[in-house]
Amino acid sequence: MQKEIVIKTDKLTKRFSDFVAVNEITFEVYQGEIFGFLGANGAGKTTAMKMLIGISKPTSGKAAIAGYDIDKNTEEIKKSIGYMSQKFSLYEDLTVKENITLFGGIYGLNDSDIKIKSEALIQKLGLQNEADKLVASLPLGWKQKLAFSIAIFHSPKIVFLDEPTGGVDPITRRQFWDMIYEAAHNGITVFVTTHYMDEAEYCDRVSIMVDGVIEALDSPSQLKQNYNAQSMDEVFLMLARGAKRGD
Amino acid sequence: MKQLFNFIKKEFHHIFRDYRSMLVLLGLPIVQLLIFGFAITNETKNTNIAILDNAKDETTQQIISKFENSDYFDIEITLKSNDEIEKEFKSGKIKLAVVFQEDFQNELFHSNKAQIQLIADATDPNQATTLVNYASAIIQDYQTDLNSENKLPYQIKTELRMLYNPELKGAYTSVPGVMGMILLLISTMMTSISIVREKELGTMEILLVSPMKPYLVILSKVIPYFVISLINVTTILLLSVHILGMPIQGSTILLIAITIIYIFCALSLGILISTITDSQLAAMLISLLGLMLPVVMLSGYVFPVANMPIILQVISNIVPAKWYIIMVKSVMIKGLGISGIWKEAIILLGMTIFFIIISIKRFKIRLA
Repeated sequence: MQKEIVIKTDKLTKRFSDFVAVNEITFEVYQGEIFGFLGANGAGKTTAMKMLIGISKPTSGKAAIAGYDIDKNTEEIKKSIGYMSQKFSLYEDLTVKENITLFGGIYGLNDSDIKIKSEALIQKLGLQNEADKLVASLPLGWKQKLAFSIAIFHSPKIVFLDEPTGGVDPITRRQFWDMIYEAAHNGITVFVTTHYMDEAEYCDRVSIMVDGVIEALDSPSQLKQNYNAQSMDEVFLMLARGAKRGD
Repeated sequence: MKQLFNFIKKEFHHIFRDYRSMLVLLGLPIVQLLIFGFAITNETKNTNIAILDNAKDETTQQIISKFENSDYFDIEITLKSNDEIEKEFKSGKIKLAVVFQEDFQNELFHSNKAQIQLIADATDPNQATTLVNYASAIIQDYQTDLNSENKLPYQIKTELRMLYNPELKGAYTSVPGVMGMILLLISTMMTSISIVREKELGTMEILLVSPMKPYLVILSKVIPYFVISLINVTTILLLSVHILGMPIQGSTILLIAITIIYIFCALSLGILISTITDSQLAAMLISLLGLMLPVVMLSGYVFPVANMPIILQVISNIVPAKWYIIMVKSVMIKGLGISGIWKEAIILLGMTIFFIIISIKRFKIRLA
C-alpha cells in the first residue's frame, strides 16, 4: 500500500540558549494514521509539536506538514491543520453554537456551510438542549468532545492533539478515542501526545521521546516485541528510566 | 473583514456577559466624576463657625452680619469667653472661630488697626486653609467698604482674582483629570487584560495556530474598548456640562479629536503591556501601578507639576496623561483652538506612534 506522507521532519531542533529541548528529531507520519507522540514531562514533546503547528520557530532542521515547509508556507499549513491544546480552549462565556460559528468562521467556512455542519455536529454530540447554553455550564467530558469536534470542524488534513484527555473519566476517554478513530477513518491524520499508556495502545504507531530525542518509533505491538514487554507501560518505563531531565 | 466582524462580536459578548466588568466600565466614569466633582472638592459651604465678640460694638456687628449672610458660613454658636473656644473645637461642631479683640471699633478708627483672630481646625489642613481664605476675604471686603466710605487716602487692598475659574469650582480640575484617568483605565487596562486572558486560557494559542491574522485578533480586541471609551467620554462631557456646570469653552470637535488621539495612545499602551506579561493579574497590576499612579501623582491632576522637584517634573513629561490634561484644560476651560495646543498634540501623537511601533515589534517577537 502506497502511503502518503503528511508530516516529515528532518533533524528538527529547538534550542533555548544552552538547553536543547528538541534534538535532531527525524520521523514521518502517514496519512490517516493515528500517531502517538509519547514522552515524560520535559521530554520535549510539546516543544516539538509547537514547531510543527507553527507557533515556535525551529533552531535548525526542516519539517513539512501536508507537503508545506514549516518555514515558508505557514499560512498554507494553518489552513490544513486543526489543533486542540492541553488547556481546554473554547470560550466559556460563549454558547456552544457561538463557539462553533466563531471557529468555523476563522477557518474561512461560509455561513450556510457552518449552519448545516454545526447542526449535524450538535445532533451527533447530543447537545441539542445545550446548543444555546454557555460552554461553561457543560461537564468537562462534553467540553473536550466539543473542543475536538471544533478542531476538526473544517476537515483538516491533520489534527494535532496535545494531551487531549487530561482529567477526563475513563468512559469519556473511551468515547473520545472513538471520535479519534472516526476522524482517522475519515482520512484525517491524528497526531496525539499523551501520558496514558493505555491510550498508546490505541495508536497505529508511537514514538517515545526521552531528553529531546526520539528513542523508539514503531507500532505498539512491534515495540512490545522489541523490548520484550507485556505492555506499552513497560516499554515506556524501560526507555524513560534513562532520562536525565524531567520533573 | 467578516472574520474581524465576527471577532468584534465575540469581544462584545465577553464584555456584556461579564456584568461586573460591564458595570465597572460604564459606571466608573460616572461615579468618579460625581465623587471628584461634588464630594471631593475644595469648595466648602455652610461651615459651622463660632463667633467670640469681645467688643460688641457697631463695627463687629456689621462684620458678623457679613459672615451671617455668606453662603460659606453658618454661625453655629456665639461664645462668651476664650475658654469656650477649645471646647467647641473638641466637640467637632465648628471648624472655624472668629475672635474680635476688645474695643475693636475704637482701635480701628483711632489707631487704624484692629485685630480679628481666625482660629481654624487644622486637622484637615486643606479645608482649614480654604476656610481662612474665605473668612479673610469677607473681612477684606468689609474693610474695602469702610475705606471707600471714609475716602481714606491710603488703603491696603488685597485683590483676589481667580482667572478662568472665578468660583473655584472643583469640576474644573476634576473633569480633565477624570477623563485622563478613566480613558487610560478602560483602554489600557481592559485591553491588556482581555488580550492576556486569551493567553491565560490557551485560546490565544488556538488563534495563532488558526489562519486568523494576529493583527486582526488585536484589532478586534481594541475596537470594542475604543467604542466603550467614546461612550465614556460622551457621558463624562454630558455630566460635566449639565450636572457640574462646566461648559466646553472651545471647540467640541477639537476636544473629541485630541481625546481620540489619547485613546489610541492608551490602547497601544494596553497592547504593549499584554506583550510583556502572560497573566491577567500582572497586566492589571502593571496598568494600575505603572500607569494610574503616575497619572494621579505626576500628570498635574492632583498635584501641580510646577511645585514638584525638578526630577519629578522631568519624569512627568513621559506621562501621556499630563499632555492630554493640559490640552483638555486649554480647550475646555480656556477655549483655545488648535494653535494653542499643537505642541502638546504632537507630543501625544508621537508617544502613540512610539507605543504602536514597539508593541507591533514585541508582538512579532512573541510569535517567533
